[in-house]
Amino acid sequence: MTAAALRVQDLSWGPKQDLPVLHPTSFEVGAGRILGIVGANGAGKSTLLRLLYRFLRPDTGQVLLDDRDIWTMSARDVARNIAVVLQEQPTDFALTVREIVALGRTPHLSAFASGGARDATIVMDALAQLNLADFADRMFGTLSGGERQRVMVARALAQQPRLLVLDEPTNHLDIRHQLEVLILIKGLGTTIVTSLHDINLAATHADDVLVLSKGEMLTFGPPDHVLTEEMIARSFGVRAQRQHLHPSGDAHLTFHL
Amino acid sequence: MSIPPATRRKIIVPSVMITGLALLGLSICVAVSVGAVVVPLQTVWGIMAHHLSPALVTPDWSTGQQAIVWQIRLPRALLAAMVGAGLALVGASLQSVTRNPLADPHLLGISAGGAFGAILALLHTGLFLGLLTVPLMAFLGALGATFLVLSVSSFAQATSADRLVLAGVAVSFIVMSCANVLIFLGDPRAAHTVVFWMLGGLGLAQWDQLIYPAVILLGCAAWFMMNAGRLNAMTIGDETASTLGIPVARFRLAVFIVGALLTGVMVAFSGIIGFVGLMIPHIVRMMVGGDYARVLPASALVGAIFLIWADIAARTLMAPEDIPIGIVTGLIGGAFFIWLLRRKA
Repeated sequence: MTAAALRVQDLSWGPKQDLPVLHPTSFEVGAGRILGIVGANGAGKSTLLRLLYRFLRPDTGQVLLDDRDIWTMSARDVARNIAVVLQEQPTDFALTVREIVALGRTPHLSAFASGGARDATIVMDALAQLNLADFADRMFGTLSGGERQRVMVARALAQQPRLLVLDEPTNHLDIRHQLEVLILIKGLGTTIVTSLHDINLAATHADDVLVLSKGEMLTFGPPDHVLTEEMIARSFGVRAQRQHLHPSGDAHLTFHL
Repeated sequence: MSIPPATRRKIIVPSVMITGLALLGLSICVAVSVGAVVVPLQTVWGIMAHHLSPALVTPDWSTGQQAIVWQIRLPRALLAAMVGAGLALVGASLQSVTRNPLADPHLLGISAGGAFGAILALLHTGLFLGLLTVPLMAFLGALGATFLVLSVSSFAQATSADRLVLAGVAVSFIVMSCANVLIFLGDPRAAHTVVFWMLGGLGLAQWDQLIYPAVILLGCAAWFMMNAGRLNAMTIGDETASTLGIPVARFRLAVFIVGALLTGVMVAFSGIIGFVGLMIPHIVRMMVGGDYARVLPASALVGAIFLIWADIAARTLMAPEDIPIGIVTGLIGGAFFIWLLRRKA
């Protein structure tokens, strides 16, 4: 899979004129890099993501994918380049795992055509990447929460995106599945933007971290530079202590009221 | 369920479709055969064959039998099949775009809107466009009710799928009340006929009118089939569907409009027949799985068969009286609803 470079310029959005949810924000994510977005509840993480995957139209600024404004592209064209894993859960309509994953091929199919052999191979590959091959013919409704999340990631992979956007992909997953999902997306080679509520996970898995607070970008950069004790105090309202784990020596943040 | 879906797809689905088509043919023949006067199946086939190609069979039946089979019962059975297929298709499609397994043209107030339009034409405006008046007014009524449901749900900020259905139930009550006012204000003798029509009945089927529901059914069914992939995608959520490049709001609106067209025309010819659109897609998903490329044709087939048998029951349970078919489907549908509640719990 090829990766796209993402450039965000002066991006802002609010439901009404004087009610900004996201203040003008600019940053860049190089092709193949992983950006983690952290911030307290209501900081504007989901809004920023929605602007990135063309669900919300920005009030000001642009989202540029390899220097093309996503609002100059068609919805289908965007869907061929950007795949999104949300926390939305499919209603159980008796679809199998394979059928759900195959939905990822939707933007690549010509109108009214169902997929061919090549699409079937891509779907099988996506299933295999998430260790879901044995689940292919299971009913989606019979899966556990962690398995469902993996199915939704596989569906996004079947879209063959150049930018993958994930909204809290580790939510409701047990620790093993959290790590599995994060390690898997790191190995994909596409550009990734993900919101994460676990700051330590962001610190260990992201190349860059963006800290949002009350709709403003407080800082952006490599985790070691950005996730300072002062910054966490400002954005989350907690005291943080940066400690070093023994024996690995990895940095680890602990939080106190 | 113990049957693996792969087996289901390869073996069960084609056999369901073939058995379904055979059952549909057989059901039509049985429906034509039974009634106040029983016409033997052999005679039924003879009369049908004779009409298709007069040279094929030498008539050995009375003109009375011929009239019953060809003029009365066959158009009625065909209308039952079309209404059943149409309502099941609308139910299945609405269930996807509202992401609510309880969506049904009746529950969402679309049927009530259709009835309102038809009653307005029958009792008040007169048939100013000839035979097309009632179906057209029923379509407009159904469309009006649809927009009412959509605007009520956006006014009440009930954008989630389950609250949309609540908005539908509310609109259904209001529109039904208005329709009843129209009946109350109308000519009492005509009103009697209209009340019976509204309870659901296929007794008015005539050859020269069948073309309208047939054309609308084929057109709408083809459109739904072309959008089977999108209907699948809509079940995984609005926002995710839009990230697949689907214009979610526009597509949902289109499904509602096509659904209103199909429902309105069916209501105009058969009155209000509830629960077919709710029940049939559920049963079908148990047989062929959830992919809309299979759910849609199977729903049409099973809906057609179901309504033919419901009409047979309506004609024979209290023979020689016809009871309104809406009573039969209401009884079966209500019981099905309770079973569904229990199964979910």
